[in-house]
Amino acid sequence: MSESNPSPLDVAQVAHLANLARIALTPEEIEKLTGELGVIIESIAKVSEVATPDVPSTSHPIRLTNVFRPDVPGETLTVEEALSGAPERDGDRFKVPAILGEEQ
Amino acid sequence: MSSAELMDFDKALELFEPVLGFEVHVELNTKTKMFSPAPNPAAPGADAGEPNTMVTPVCLGLPGSLPVVNEQAIRFSISLGLALGCEIAPTSRFARKNYFYPDLAKNYQISQYDEPIAHDGAVDVELANGTTFRVEIERAHMEEDAGKLTHVGGATGRIQGADYSLVDYNRAGVPLVEIVTKMITGADRDAPELAKAYVSAIRDIVVSLGISEARMERGNLRCDANISLSPRGSGKLGTRTETKNVNSLRSVERTIRYEIQRQAAILAAGGTIIQETRHWHEDSGTTSPGRPKSDADDYRYFPEPDLLPVEPSRELIEELRAALPEPPAVRRNRLKESWGFSDLEFQDVVNSGLLVEVESTVAAGASPAQARKWWTGEIARLANVKAVDPSSLVSPADVAALAVLVESGELTDRLARQVLEGVIAGEGTPVEVVEKRGLKVISDDGALIAAIDDALASQPDVLEKIRDGKLQAAGAIIGPVMKAMHGQADAARVRELILERANSQG
Repeated sequence: MSESNPSPLDVAQVAHLANLARIALTPEEIEKLTGELGVIIESIAKVSEVATPDVPSTSHPIRLTNVFRPDVPGETLTVEEALSGAPERDGDRFKVPAILGEEQ
Repeated sequence: MSSAELMDFDKALELFEPVLGFEVHVELNTKTKMFSPAPNPAAPGADAGEPNTMVTPVCLGLPGSLPVVNEQAIRFSISLGLALGCEIAPTSRFARKNYFYPDLAKNYQISQYDEPIAHDGAVDVELANGTTFRVEIERAHMEEDAGKLTHVGGATGRIQGADYSLVDYNRAGVPLVEIVTKMITGADRDAPELAKAYVSAIRDIVVSLGISEARMERGNLRCDANISLSPRGSGKLGTRTETKNVNSLRSVERTIRYEIQRQAAILAAGGTIIQETRHWHEDSGTTSPGRPKSDADDYRYFPEPDLLPVEPSRELIEELRAALPEPPAVRRNRLKESWGFSDLEFQDVVNSGLLVEVESTVAAGASPAQARKWWTGEIARLANVKAVDPSSLVSPADVAALAVLVESGELTDRLARQVLEGVIAGEGTPVEVVEKRGLKVISDDGALIAAIDDALASQPDVLEKIRDGKLQAAGAIIGPVMKAMHGQADAARVRELILERANSQG
């Protein structure tokens, strides 16, 4: 842990995030990113200073709601199109490495 | 898998109080998927399809693709929320649940997090002892289903030891509603039965709403069962386990019973329960550990930037509320009245989780008595032997067709059971099985009389006895005649013919 680091993040959190994002980082990179991401977090935190609890969070720049489509079937990809970007295939299915884990 | 130590169920209940919680996933039967116009494999009459034939760029999470919400899925979700007695949120939002697993290609699932579409409801569940148990609903939220993985290689076909996995994304993006209960206490020894009855009640609700095909064996309705044990009187909650994707009513009940016994044995021996997901194994009747909760269970939910908030108008909510089917208790009363069942007969149907089946079978043309008899009798028996739910064996339409054949006298009960076996074995509809197996009742009196004559030849004294008033003597002839007809005769008709013969020769 870098106790001298004034960043709002610590290296353990960055390492954890890197692991979650499946990005391999060297200890040096983690150290560097901890500082850089900290600057971003601090900048964004400034917004929170002016956003009072009665201001709803914005998830979209334009104030729109209820954009729906009718329940009508449309065009689908062909199997060949669907699999065209697959690194590997087996018959008509995507072939992926066995990943330890399970359906969420 | 190693078999765990189990404590006797009654003993476990003396020492501990079970605390339950359920997450039921319902696949909606819209024509298209949640966020794309791909056909929905969970739609009425649809099937899983050939691999990767029901996908669009949205289903595959291809760059530049944009999800758009299916309006019908919103309406169905609101209707379900209302039927569960929930509040419908004036504003609800989709969120990304981030995780890396190839069942979804985009590395997140679109779900709802802190702003679900429906919250705070309750479902009244009827137990076999006639009491009603109220299960409180925490929330019902919308999300998308994931694709189907097949693990290849390894000895077991399960993920452990697999060499690689194959992915079919047809199911990716199927609209789901996840119904989450609040913590359920006080069920005590009824806990296993309550679990089954609760899932059955949810199934009844979604079927009466017409929003899901609700076939558990197809995964249209899936239950994750949470359970922990609290030392009786301690007021302290135990550590819970979550058994995933329990896919039949029967398994839901057995899972809860098993986990109570397993956890009780560990706790009584001074051990601790690990918070983990577990899997139910129907064949061995046990659960086994999946993976423990880990660092990777950090889903970093955030609002889905590709989708806009859903703000159902009061008018829409009231329109859907007005269109709700009758409440479950009213519906049950109406069905019981119209079918003319006794309390006991009706309870038997409800507690077997067969209300939907009997109702559909009657709607398809069977008499209520026949529908009940087949579902709670022979079909339930066969399902028990096969360790599956009755509903997974045969369709209500086929049962109705069978019942009609029996009622019209074309089949005896005995023949009908053979036809049922054929239908379950996949030989076709009852009419087709009758045709293929040649199972019609022999209604040709000539053939029956010939067989009767043969039987009488070896037992000539029978007619004498009948004429002396000993009508039961006819039984000695009926047996051989039925045998000669390979069971394809109506025993009552045979008896009539024997009595006619006795009287005519008197």
